[in-house]
Amino acid sequence: MSKRRSGRAAVTGIGVVAPNGLSTDAYWKSVSEGLGVLDLITREGCEHLPLRVAGEVRSFDPAALVEDRFLVQTDRFSHFAMAAAALALDDAGLGGEPADPYSVGVVTAAGSGGGEFGQRELQKLWGQGSKFVGPYQSIAWFYAASTGQISIRGGLKGPCGVVASDEAGGLDSLAHAARAVRRGTDVMVVGAAEAPLAPYSMVCQLGYPELSTLDDPDRAYRPFTEKACGFVPAEGGALLVVEDEDRARERGVPVRGVVAGHAATFTGTSRWAESREGLAHAITGALDEAGVAPEEIDVVFADALGVPEADRAEALAIADALGAHGTRVPVTAPKTGFGRAYCGAPVLDTVAALLAMEHGLVPPTPNVFDVCHDLDLVTSHARPAELRTALVLSRGLMGSNAALVVRRGDDSAR
Amino acid sequence: MTRRVAVTGIGVVAPGGIGATAFWDLLAEGRTATRGITLFDPAGLRSRIAAECDFDPFEHGLDANLCQHADRYIQFAVVAAREAVRQSGLDTGSLDPWRTAVSLGSAVGGTTRLEHDYVLVSESGRRWDVDHTKADPKLHLAFAPSTLASTVAEQFGARGPVQTVSTGCTSGLDAVGYAFHTISEGRADVCIAGASDSPISPITMACFDAIKATSPNNDDPEHASRPFDARRDGFVMGEGAAVLVLEDYEHARARGADILCEISGYATYGNAYHMTGLTSEGLEMARAIDSTLDQARLDPTRIDYVNAHGSGTRQNDRHETAAVKRSLGAHAYETPMSSIKSMVGHSLGAIGAIEVAACVLALHHQVVPPTANYETPDPECDLDYVPRTARPRKLEHVLSVGSGFGGFQSAVLLSGTGGRTR
Repeated sequence: MSKRRSGRAAVTGIGVVAPNGLSTDAYWKSVSEGLGVLDLITREGCEHLPLRVAGEVRSFDPAALVEDRFLVQTDRFSHFAMAAAALALDDAGLGGEPADPYSVGVVTAAGSGGGEFGQRELQKLWGQGSKFVGPYQSIAWFYAASTGQISIRGGLKGPCGVVASDEAGGLDSLAHAARAVRRGTDVMVVGAAEAPLAPYSMVCQLGYPELSTLDDPDRAYRPFTEKACGFVPAEGGALLVVEDEDRARERGVPVRGVVAGHAATFTGTSRWAESREGLAHAITGALDEAGVAPEEIDVVFADALGVPEADRAEALAIADALGAHGTRVPVTAPKTGFGRAYCGAPVLDTVAALLAMEHGLVPPTPNVFDVCHDLDLVTSHARPAELRTALVLSRGLMGSNAALVVRRGDDSAR
Repeated sequence: MTRRVAVTGIGVVAPGGIGATAFWDLLAEGRTATRGITLFDPAGLRSRIAAECDFDPFEHGLDANLCQHADRYIQFAVVAAREAVRQSGLDTGSLDPWRTAVSLGSAVGGTTRLEHDYVLVSESGRRWDVDHTKADPKLHLAFAPSTLASTVAEQFGARGPVQTVSTGCTSGLDAVGYAFHTISEGRADVCIAGASDSPISPITMACFDAIKATSPNNDDPEHASRPFDARRDGFVMGEGAAVLVLEDYEHARARGADILCEISGYATYGNAYHMTGLTSEGLEMARAIDSTLDQARLDPTRIDYVNAHGSGTRQNDRHETAAVKRSLGAHAYETPMSSIKSMVGHSLGAIGAIEVAACVLALHHQVVPPTANYETPDPECDLDYVPRTARPRKLEHVLSVGSGFGGFQSAVLLSGTGGRTR
């Protein structure tokens, strides 16, 4: 442990594997330009399902980023997570084995597990017999696979954890990491990556009443409009490196932002009208923890579920928590361009928030026009703005609400 | 500022009896609840034995919706949570819902239901392009792991942080640990914490068969789970749930609650070694133990009992023995260390919480539960494993430790109400 401690959790590394970009730079280019990449699903065995549009991660070559010995024992969701973790650690200048292995921990959020790997092994079991089930099923399908493999691959023995959660768990994992740093762990690798687009995993999602089943990629996911008809799922996600801010400055690495405040609440599965109160409560809690006044929020990254009742609740929650500022602050939802990657979605939003602050640019909300709520939703084109503090919101399909306040790195320096 | 964390209620659904009383009777009598699998036809499997719960959701007062639609592991959790809340004496109607949290663990979540419907939609593994019309319309509730914590939160009107924790076989310890942090760091005043799993299904049994982790002692299931015994041959699958009510100590005192004990430390580390393998050194588990002792400012000699992970695999038992010796030094030889998995099997993510519940009961009764079936000492494991018979002992500080696939090494420290040093 270093001697000086700020108690502030700084983001020093970002790794992205997303439908609209396989690196942080590529992701930001797509997000800032408002590129829409939602498309018909091409994965084998999914053609006949009544869910045709998703955000697929295409041209991802796991073998280029992850060693064979890890690839054979892991599902696609762990390939994404391991690749993103390596990119984030490199970005933070922490690519090698840590000098003190206990000083670096790992926490991921997971909402769907290793579905493709699991389906393959289920097929062997039921199609051929129990002796055909492979030795890696026990470690590939379960929700803890990515945290475990990132820990092993990097030699990281610090506190390791997994929140198996709905979407909001992505923000909870960031808070979990920030708290670990405050308790004294030097560095946390944190985030979420999901791969829910295998045939059986998709069948499992069909029951979500919030799912969009429209087969037109440009019209399937249009939150905050009268045409809102649900959300479009996606795969991929992001991992970040979070460390004590003073330690980051001692190492001389750029601080890309600070995780300043978080709060989480629960208001019941699919009870979207009630999420208004829960989300407002979470926003207020996150602002309190960050020591930030509502007027200091320069941009809001919305949950933007795309269900009319939920969109209304979110717009009202922002107004409830931020007061008059809530109708003036720019709000955006870049995920309409590439879908909701479950727990990965709010982590990708957090990355977009950090990059928006770096570039002084609020990215737009692709495919969304004619907003029918009292929000300043940024549509069509990115909007230049001085951004110091961002609010990221997330709600989960099982009823969780979470809010995260992130601040621009350079403003947080003493 | 950190706050003290009290345990004010526990509930248990375990093999051999439902409810904390039946559970403790089983442990105190050293009986085993392991048997041939009845939940499905295990023909063809290498390990065909398990510790099953005789559980009827109707009998335990679950409503028709939960009985029909909720997965078995969620039913376990609701029943255990109700028992825990009842014991705590909390009036959930008068609690501040925003200050009431839930933290529940599960290693494999809804996989039993997922497998059931997989068979239907794939025509028994014949189709990759599965037929969605044959799936249960509520299948998404099995797919989403957070259904566990959400369902329990809805039962009690909790609106604070609601988390599902899934760190393999340390899920139960970690769920209690996250709850400990949630209360001690002030994010909630009450947290319903624990874990549940119902993994006794063909795919889960088959995947442990594939790595020969489970016992093939099908001819003698009652004696198949033999932690620390030289003749052990793997763990016996289990199922169940345990839930605790954790509460800010002052909150509990102010309402005149009966405080069962305190959680006085929690830590977890990764071994960064192997997804399923353990070293013979036990360094990372020892570090977790040391950290909990630091948090409570306790000397290692103050530990009166270690509730072991004790799964009954050779690598686990020697790993854990080494870890405890490393942390407790010579005192390890004077400290009883037992594995209740000898009696209730290994219920994956649930067992950590069930073991914490056993520690709460051990503190309450001042009795150390035994390691059933322990007969033949193993030179690699030379501590006092409390063979076969429960042992009365003055208990103030007890440790529960666990290891999980993925390399997780966790420890929870519990302190009786008379044994505080702070």
